[in-house]
Amino acid sequence: MVGSNRTPWAALSALVLVTLVTAQCTPSQPTARPGAGGTQSDLAQAAIKTYVAPGDLDEYYMFASGGHSGNIYVYGLPSMRHLSTIPVYAPYPATGYGFDDDSKKMLGDLTWGDAHHPALSETKGDYDGRWLFINEMNGRIARIDLRDFKTKQILGPVPNLHGNHSSSFVTPNTEYAMMATRFSRPVPQRAVGIDKYATEYKGIIAGVKIDPVSGEMSLGWQILMPPFDYDIGDAGKLVSDGWMFFTSYNTERATGSLEVTASQRDRDYIAAVDWRAAEKAIAEGKGEMIGGVRVLDPAKVPGLVYLMPCGKSPHGVDVSPDGKWIIGSGKLQGVTTAFNFEKVQTAIRNKDFAGDEDGIPVLKYESIKDAEIAVGLGPLHTQFGPDGYAYTSLFLDSAVAKWKLGTWEVVDKVPMSYNIGHLAGAEGDTVSPDGNYLVGLNKLSHGRHLNVGPSQPESSQLVDISEEKMKLLYDAFTEPEPHYAQIVKADKIKPIEVYPKDENKHPLAIWDVKDAGVTRNGNRVTVKMIAVRSSFSPTSFEIREGDIVTVAITNIEQTTDELHGWGLLDYNINLVVDPGETKTVTFTAKKGGVFAYYCTNFCSALHQEMQGYMIVK
Amino acid sequence: MMQTSLRRTNRFLQEPIGLAARLMLLAAAVLLVATYFFPLWNLTMFAPQYPGGLRLDIYSYTLVGGNQGQDITEINVLNHYIGMHALVNESFSEFQWMPFVIGTLGLLVLRAAVHGTVVALVDVTMLFVYFGAFSLWSFGYKLYVYGHDLAPDAAVKVPPFMPPMFGYQQIANFEVYSYPRAGSYAMFAVIALLVAAIGWTWWSRPRPEAPVAVDRG
Repeated sequence: MVGSNRTPWAALSALVLVTLVTAQCTPSQPTARPGAGGTQSDLAQAAIKTYVAPGDLDEYYMFASGGHSGNIYVYGLPSMRHLSTIPVYAPYPATGYGFDDDSKKMLGDLTWGDAHHPALSETKGDYDGRWLFINEMNGRIARIDLRDFKTKQILGPVPNLHGNHSSSFVTPNTEYAMMATRFSRPVPQRAVGIDKYATEYKGIIAGVKIDPVSGEMSLGWQILMPPFDYDIGDAGKLVSDGWMFFTSYNTERATGSLEVTASQRDRDYIAAVDWRAAEKAIAEGKGEMIGGVRVLDPAKVPGLVYLMPCGKSPHGVDVSPDGKWIIGSGKLQGVTTAFNFEKVQTAIRNKDFAGDEDGIPVLKYESIKDAEIAVGLGPLHTQFGPDGYAYTSLFLDSAVAKWKLGTWEVVDKVPMSYNIGHLAGAEGDTVSPDGNYLVGLNKLSHGRHLNVGPSQPESSQLVDISEEKMKLLYDAFTEPEPHYAQIVKADKIKPIEVYPKDENKHPLAIWDVKDAGVTRNGNRVTVKMIAVRSSFSPTSFEIREGDIVTVAITNIEQTTDELHGWGLLDYNINLVVDPGETKTVTFTAKKGGVFAYYCTNFCSALHQEMQGYMIVK
Repeated sequence: MMQTSLRRTNRFLQEPIGLAARLMLLAAAVLLVATYFFPLWNLTMFAPQYPGGLRLDIYSYTLVGGNQGQDITEINVLNHYIGMHALVNESFSEFQWMPFVIGTLGLLVLRAAVHGTVVALVDVTMLFVYFGAFSLWSFGYKLYVYGHDLAPDAAVKVPPFMPPMFGYQQIANFEVYSYPRAGSYAMFAVIALLVAAIGWTWWSRPRPEAPVAVDRG
């Protein structure tokens, strides 16, 4: 009896003990999240540094890629305020992009794009504020004119290359932007079994020629490459001007689940391309026509491409401001490698090769590297400061490492929340970086914001790099999904505020209400319309069912911010016409009846009255 | 007495004017040329949404809007809501005759300078003062008509009003400032120079040698 009485008590005591011990041993979550700093004064400093008072202007523009949203997002720094969205690869009703004839034609059949690496145009290796180039995975590249922040041209899909990730990095005088294949496929395009991947599938590296005056892009040349996955690029500058560098992974030429099969070799390659040699070879008529494009085979044009071995599955490649070093980061390593451009040139001169890949010489790692810098785990991309410091993003460590070029000494680290991908310094990839600010473009935000459900925003963090220690200043939650960004001093960009009337040469533009109206030619109908506060002219028009209708709307305002929208109900049409601009939309009047059109972009006190009717008989 | 006075005035009017007065007239003629290059009047209006203001310069022959002319368009866009007539050069007959009249007056000033009699000087001064006063009245009348002749079907009905001719006035959400500019100051200077030339000639006229005492004898 006694024993049976004691047993439950003993068991209970043991349970309590075990529970207590377990509770003590359970690691608890750290209470503090990585922030601007511990003390009130650190927070106050960060607040003052990022506060831009009402009416005041930011110091820098940041152009961030919008990833698979297909947009470019414009932010002001240091406030990190989102200022505007530039639609590029997807319709965007807010500005009417993808609804009017011109932008619809530019988009073609594709209504999405995966935008990755914006590149500002450069003169002598410095941002000149003229254009912004942005690549897209469906083999396209676009040009945005920074005079009006509008997409002006989309080139592509370019034949032969596939999965245009390693793009749109420009050369120091904007001679070329780059494009390259991430997903090798048969060239010319045809159906070939995956078992022939290593031999029949090919990569392509392409130079997109840019007209120095108009910015118009055209295909300059293509180079046939082994079937690697070309990932990121950067142009040589100053001493290394004339060269382009592209990282590549899956030099195993593997298929299947690449996360394993393409991670077998300890070193993959950075392809060094002598772009002036490519230009010359094309001018001499070398190469053969494939898919309507002249393609150079480096096995037949010696001196065009060399392969630089680089630590395991390299992602970022970044050339130092003086052009002397090429920083390659193996994303599955703990070090980043500084290659010496001069040593690369010497090795090429001495034919100091370790072998070749499909006839392309492979240089010896030991002959061309200056240092392996132990920056931390998962190094991806590197940006530069004005004082010889480099900043490398560490995806796995979720941090930024600051280190010194030349001494290769790591001097500071700052945690990022979380999993930083690209990072962008103020003019941090030019020949003269500004320092001051760095933005970590993080992949995950893990709830460092008010809960908005499972579809969480990305986090971009502003870091002060003006002092010895880096300091986290601000969390911003950016639209999906920033890959790379460009940060440029605000005074380098000089946009217009209205389209000057004198510059409007649109054949259907009208400026006087007397000229507004409908003209018919068979079943083709043209409606010339004026939008001005607060009415459309004509206020109604009649057409017949089946007519092919072109409505041309001129916003005759010359006042800043007086935009007018033209939404046509039930016809899936919404234009937004800026002051001084003419836009057209062409559609077939398939539905009979009466349909209202109205101003969608708020304009004035009598904006609600700005409306009219289309009568389809 | 009366006759003596008139005779004396007559005699003064026939007298030649001195070199200093002629130089003043030349200066006046030069100033008149300047009125072509500078606005006579300026209206500037501020509102919360127009922090930089909308500006309208009135020349003797044209209206010029600030911001490369855009401000006039903007003023007209705003005014159409209250049914005001558009401010366009065609509505101002003044722009046809004012340059001509200023030119004519300039020629008369030069004539006085060369011809050199007091009567010519007085004539042109009187004409000029009349022209100035008429122009001011005409400007005021135009403002009155613009503020009162509002379209009956206007979207926004406002009671007829007199826009400010000189000084500041709050009109709806706008602070309106109206002041003369360099062209008008030049006109005032011309009048001042003409009057000064008359005055100078009067005070420096040759005086008869005490004739009264001789007569008494």
